Amino acid sequence: MDLNTVNRVIPARSRADLGELGEGAVPLAGGSVLFAEPNPSIHTLIDLQTLGWEPFVISDDGLEVAATATLTQLSTLPDDRGWRAHPLFYQCCTALFGSFKVWNVATVGGNICTALPAGPMTSLFSALDAEALIWRADGSDVRIPVSELVTGNTTTSLNSGDVLRSLHVAARSLGSATAYRKIALSAIGRSGAVVIGRFDPVDESFVLTVSAATVRPEQLRFAGLPTASELRTAIEGIGTWFTDAHGAADWRLAVSVVLGEEIRLELTGAAR
Amino acid sequence: MTFSINGEKFDSEPRAGQSLRTFIRDQKHFEVKKGCDTGDCGACSVLVDGTPVHSCVYPAFRAAGKDVTTAAGLGMPGYLSAVQQRFVDHAAFQCGFCTAGMVVTASTFDDEDLAELPRLLKGNLCRCTGYRAIHEAIDHVHTDSCGVELEPGAEAPKSRTTPVIKTGPRASVGTSVTAPASERVVSGQEPFTLDIAIPGLLHLVVLKSPHAHARITAIDTRRASALPGVHAVLTHEHSPDTLFSTARHESRLDDPDDTLVLDSVVRFRGQRVAAVVAESVGIAEAAARLIEIDYEVLPAVFDPHLSTLDGAPSIHGDKNGTTSRIVDPQRNLVAELHGEYGDVAAGLAGAAHTITGTWQTQRVAHTHLETHATIGWIDEDERLVLRTSSQVPFLVQTEICRLFDRDPSTVRVFTARVGGGFGGKQEILTEDLVSLAVLTTGRAVQYEFTREDEFTLSPTRHPMEVQVTLGADAGGLLTAMKVELLSDTGAYGNHGPGTMYHSCSESVSLYNVPNKRVDARCVYTNNVPSGAFRGYGLGQVIFAIESALDELARSVGVDPFELRRLNSVTPSDPLIVTHVEGDDLILGGYGLDQCIDLAEQALARGNSTVAPAGPEWRVGRGMASSMIATMPPRGHFSEVTVTADADGAYTVGVGTAEFGNGTTTVHTQLAASALSTSPSRIRVRQSDTDAARYDTGAFGSAGTVVAGKAVLAAAESLARDLRQLAAERTQTAPDAWTLDDGVLVSAEHRLSIAELVGPDGLTATANEDGARRSIAFNVHAFRVAVNTRTGEVLILQSVQTADAGFMLNPAQLRGQIEGGVAQAIGTALYEEVINDGEGTVLTTVLRNYHIPQISDLPVTEVYFADTHDPLGPFGAKSMSEAPYNPVAPALANAITDAIGRRPMELPMSRDRIWRLLQD
Repeated sequence: MDLNTVNRVIPARSRADLGELGEGAVPLAGGSVLFAEPNPSIHTLIDLQTLGWEPFVISDDGLEVAATATLTQLSTLPDDRGWRAHPLFYQCCTALFGSFKVWNVATVGGNICTALPAGPMTSLFSALDAEALIWRADGSDVRIPVSELVTGNTTTSLNSGDVLRSLHVAARSLGSATAYRKIALSAIGRSGAVVIGRFDPVDESFVLTVSAATVRPEQLRFAGLPTASELRTAIEGIGTWFTDAHGAADWRLAVSVVLGEEIRLELTGAAR
Repeated sequence: MTFSINGEKFDSEPRAGQSLRTFIRDQKHFEVKKGCDTGDCGACSVLVDGTPVHSCVYPAFRAAGKDVTTAAGLGMPGYLSAVQQRFVDHAAFQCGFCTAGMVVTASTFDDEDLAELPRLLKGNLCRCTGYRAIHEAIDHVHTDSCGVELEPGAEAPKSRTTPVIKTGPRASVGTSVTAPASERVVSGQEPFTLDIAIPGLLHLVVLKSPHAHARITAIDTRRASALPGVHAVLTHEHSPDTLFSTARHESRLDDPDDTLVLDSVVRFRGQRVAAVVAESVGIAEAAARLIEIDYEVLPAVFDPHLSTLDGAPSIHGDKNGTTSRIVDPQRNLVAELHGEYGDVAAGLAGAAHTITGTWQTQRVAHTHLETHATIGWIDEDERLVLRTSSQVPFLVQTEICRLFDRDPSTVRVFTARVGGGFGGKQEILTEDLVSLAVLTTGRAVQYEFTREDEFTLSPTRHPMEVQVTLGADAGGLLTAMKVELLSDTGAYGNHGPGTMYHSCSESVSLYNVPNKRVDARCVYTNNVPSGAFRGYGLGQVIFAIESALDELARSVGVDPFELRRLNSVTPSDPLIVTHVEGDDLILGGYGLDQCIDLAEQALARGNSTVAPAGPEWRVGRGMASSMIATMPPRGHFSEVTVTADADGAYTVGVGTAEFGNGTTTVHTQLAASALSTSPSRIRVRQSDTDAARYDTGAFGSAGTVVAGKAVLAAAESLARDLRQLAAERTQTAPDAWTLDDGVLVSAEHRLSIAELVGPDGLTATANEDGARRSIAFNVHAFRVAVNTRTGEVLILQSVQTADAGFMLNPAQLRGQIEGGVAQAIGTALYEEVINDGEGTVLTTVLRNYHIPQISDLPVTEVYFADTHDPLGPFGAKSMSEAPYNPVAPALANAITDAIGRRPMELPMSRDRIWRLLQD
């Protein structure tokens, strides 16, 4: 929709241009969120796409994904490195409510910073224990786990003027076995729960990330694969289930238990 | 900046925050539509340098230097692209509002993509078709109406639909002629309401109430008025003081007069408080933010159970019940119906089986993809002209004249193609404000609803609580039926009384029961108003009664199909609600018996779809029946002209609107048949108070059986007149002449009709009054699998059988049924306008209100009873509301059969089904 209060677009060319961010001046990535809701307090858009960030930087350390990488780019990232976790990139893109035409513009960083419970990039990068590189407004850099960046339904730990620069996925995470489940109130509707399991073959640890069903991503960590009842008890111990048009809190808990168990079984197979 | 659209270069600067959608429309490329403006529906899809995007969420400035391709860039009428041609050939649209975006998206698919259509098309929503025809158009496979995929050339097993054929040869009634607008629709060239460039157009924006019930004590518009570019700020001080109803019917007395254009009291959150008219939407929005208002907040009531109790605030306590036609304004009671036939207490006392239960339906949003919108102006004859998205242009004209004290000759109301209605446009929601704005400013003014407005301001389907008690003897023969109804009409009465009466009519009279009682109440609350919705109340009560009958079948131990055979009316039975219904209703061309048989056989035959493996999946079967009169009661009028023109073509002037109902096609076919010509020779001028003498409107399924009947009669009359004229010219007998595609032929002569009628043409007129009505039946059956761990309902088989009489256009008829079933599956499983209990609608964007996507719908098998209606044209019945009604109860009954628990409320969402299984 038209943002009728916006009177200025600043194409950012360097980090210094981000100094314009502040009250009423917001970063613009793909635009699929900003242009989808009225917000009369916005007068300036600072275009991040003109920064020209490389979408992917691959090193021995792992994978650095620019915040401005689109979901289309992420979903078509070549599978040529032997990453066991590679299928998760495409799987999580399919959890976006938006169509493949939204994937063409929507960005990884935009999805995380919007901080909707059903944000599939939050699910993905939390499940991979990725670290977010934040460009603080004061010029400093800080890295924090994605699962801590999103603090609630549409809230983040970002301050005004901070920009999410990139997401770093460690090689260890990329080498993990993953299992993905999503459920909605309709076949491929907006997610009611996205549950992702990750089994690390190096130390045999297991982490289950519950998202979309809870106001923020919840992670359950186990030194080894849990038993069915251990996993169930842990999921039932989560306290941030919520109710909205995409499912009631009690149902979200129940289906997360069902999906968690499916994941446990799948990864038990993968661990053998 | 420079960019191109379909290869044509443009040099134009977008506003900083402008979306590509409106920027493209600013260049007069109206083929990008607004369905949601949030990137959810896909009606605005375009290619940017070959990449498909939703142009509504694409910043316009990013198109600099790029090539934009719209549907018109794929192909235009006369030289369509392959995918556009397939959309024409498969009748893959109804209203056509989603179509341009749909074909742009489909144009990017390759063969590998076809397997992924559910995912790839999830961002292209169609509210009309149910997607089967769209799926076919994209992957070019013909699915017969019995649900079987056919190889090209293969013979269809037992089906009565025909493939779609192109307009051209001498094809008329009984064949699947394509819609006359097809080529324009698939290329985005058929104009809808706002698809017109008007120089100097002003825009109207509404300031909405933040309170559910409040009195405006002061309103200061000075700062708003002073903003440059603002032409008017309208408040209750400028409003006519004539009370009216937004609902429109043939008789305005059907609906309560409780509404003002702008009121000093607001009765629901979101109600219009003031309107700003300015040179742009942005200026109007900015001015609206400057209006200062003092409210005295009044007590409000949101629960319909509480609103009629002592101490509840009187929402329309200031009204005169008699003159406003409100039963008891002090007690918030809009309408009520209490009546008994026979002795229900006795019928229940003697019953071997008694079933009782209370069912609840939800608020459903019509979600026609074209939002409500009107453009108004003063024409060269000083008339007020309204170009509006309406199902009822003539009824809008009469009420606007009443409100603004004008003679009908000074007001013209017309529609372009209407982007869906479903009852939601049988209502004045924009025309009154636009009229006030045009008459105040003298300028052309546009008022366009946002999708959020649709969810928060426009009336929804009435939520109803329905208690049903049934008594039956040991064999299942009904001895008593009691229906108690509470309908929440929200803050305004509009269609409240009408839907209340209709809800308890054919739902109850379908069954022969010696003792019946109905107690119905329709009440005000401070919720968003309810309004007309496909089925007009009937579906809510059918959901309850058909569910109760299913319980009865279980209790008696008789098959539910058999229970219907035992108790349903036959042509020899009277139709009874609380008394024998009027003799304007006839059970003509009775097809219920065939519908029941066909549905039962199809379900028994099954299909190849099996339930997923695993102990958590349970399978069940269910069915439900429905009955509906083929048009509204107490008269529905159409006065139609058919003219033989000087150019050898014919022009039909008919008042009813095309909004995806397919009536234009049917009217073309009817006229072509009567005049022995090809549909391509027929022009239809429609839905314009200038183009026809009168039409009550496109509601109550009247497009074929009222307007269509009048078209047929006028065309037949013209054919007689032409033969008579030929006879007079040649001194022969009229019987000697036959019409033959533009000429009149006798044994000796051949006369050009164009020459015969001369430059003035020849016009015939006909009327239809809807004085006698017929009855149509539908039966739906499902086989479902239910996941007991998650509540997921998978539809394995879906069957609808219809008593549609003669099939004027089989493909369109099938499409209407599929579309009705799709909308009903949405109602049954997914859709709910969620309200916080204090009058605030929470589902304000399409992504939070789930209408069916292509992945949500099965291919429904459609079978037709072989019937012939004694009243309808060529024996046709109406079939537009009807298919919606039996679906929700059939699905509830199948779910009950699967899991042994009965869903009592809609939607039967996964979380509700899961919760049913928990205790």
